[in-house]
Amino acid sequence: MLDTALSLNDLRFLMLGAGWTLLITAISVTAGTLLGVLFGVARAQTPVWVSLPIGFVLDIFRSVPLLIQLVLFNSFIPILGLRATPFSVSCLVLALYTSAYCSEIVRGGVAAVPQTTRRAARSLGMTWGQDMVEIVFPLALRVMFPSWIGLTLGVMKDTALVAWIGVIELLKSSQILITRMPSEPLFILGIAGLIYFLISFPISRLGARLERKWREND
Amino acid sequence: MIEIENVRKSFGQLEVLKGVSLAVDRGEVVSVIGGSGSGKSTLLMCINGLEPIDSGRILVDGVEVHARSTDLNKLRRKIGIVFQQWNAFPHLTVLENTTLALRKVLGKSRAEADAIAIKQLEHVGLQDKLKVFPGKLSGGQQQRMAIARALAMSPSYMLFDEVTSALDPQLVGEVLDTMRLLADEGMTMIVVTHEMGFAREVSNRVAFFKDGLIHEIGTPKQIFEQPQRPETAEFLGSVL
Repeated sequence: MLDTALSLNDLRFLMLGAGWTLLITAISVTAGTLLGVLFGVARAQTPVWVSLPIGFVLDIFRSVPLLIQLVLFNSFIPILGLRATPFSVSCLVLALYTSAYCSEIVRGGVAAVPQTTRRAARSLGMTWGQDMVEIVFPLALRVMFPSWIGLTLGVMKDTALVAWIGVIELLKSSQILITRMPSEPLFILGIAGLIYFLISFPISRLGARLERKWREND
Repeated sequence: MIEIENVRKSFGQLEVLKGVSLAVDRGEVVSVIGGSGSGKSTLLMCINGLEPIDSGRILVDGVEVHARSTDLNKLRRKIGIVFQQWNAFPHLTVLENTTLALRKVLGKSRAEADAIAIKQLEHVGLQDKLKVFPGKLSGGQQQRMAIARALAMSPSYMLFDEVTSALDPQLVGEVLDTMRLLADEGMTMIVVTHEMGFAREVSNRVAFFKDGLIHEIGTPKQIFEQPQRPETAEFLGSVL
């Protein structure tokens, strides 16, 4: 068998890290998506003087490297006199980062719904909100979904960066193990990589399956 | 009754309606004919408030469409409109397309809405397609579905915006037959159309539209046989 110093306990330690990775991903993708829908609809449906400033702020989150955002937030929040754990800072930054990308996906999805279809809905007496909920979102979802799956997978992998501010997620746990077993970095990183893959793969399969199901009706 | 009084509307520099007036009584079928881009379709969009107007006014049963106090969503229940592009909701089946507004706008239960929708879909000959998604229908079938969807709301008025223009020629007949049926049942209709045969046979009055104005309006007999204006004669000469 494989000759390694890695014990079952170490593996358990890695899985714990993977658990944090999953938790941070789940929280930031959920919050980021909700915010992203809000910002995206605002960007698609409000006058320029509302949508432009929103777009500008979101652009900042999209264009500054995530690592810098994490470090800045982690340093500035205590300066502002607020207390936050590295975990909550990570979730906050990743959620904002997700929302910035998600808002663009939503904006594009909403814009892709033909104006004529929406007119048909309004002509039947449906309100703006009913049109949004019954027509625009279901149709936009098909356009947005592949990009959103891509975003989710991206954010999941980007959670590795929060190791930098001291959250012991999957990458940080493997680094800790490597420090203890300096002769086996490749093996340990290989296992960490495999765990990342095992998290990603079902998400992307699920995405592909849903897409196929929707296409059958078109 | 629908009363259109001296309505003007511009898109940017382009004035598409230049003072249009028209009154349509209950039970009347008025066809609007004229060249493409003459503002006919815009006029229909203005009648149910999908487009704002610059001046003049439009009254539907005495309610001013563009008044600030008018609840457009409520007013639109009275006015069915069918568009050139058939505009099915592609994520919903034929039945769901037809019941959506019944349930969401009129607050009908699913059973009630289904009953009304099935009756209307039978009316337009789509009773076999209830569970089918619009993508699987022909253009003519989609257009008939759009008519049933509008009729399900039991509107007092139906507006048709070149509903056969985007259809293959062999599918035009089925849609016109449906509209003929409606006219026979006494529905009040404003029909923007290029189908001169339909305008001539089915309408009570025909309006000739050109450059944002109604140049002439009269019975089909007057318009088609003794047009008074040279523009009308010229247009009819080019299409007949």
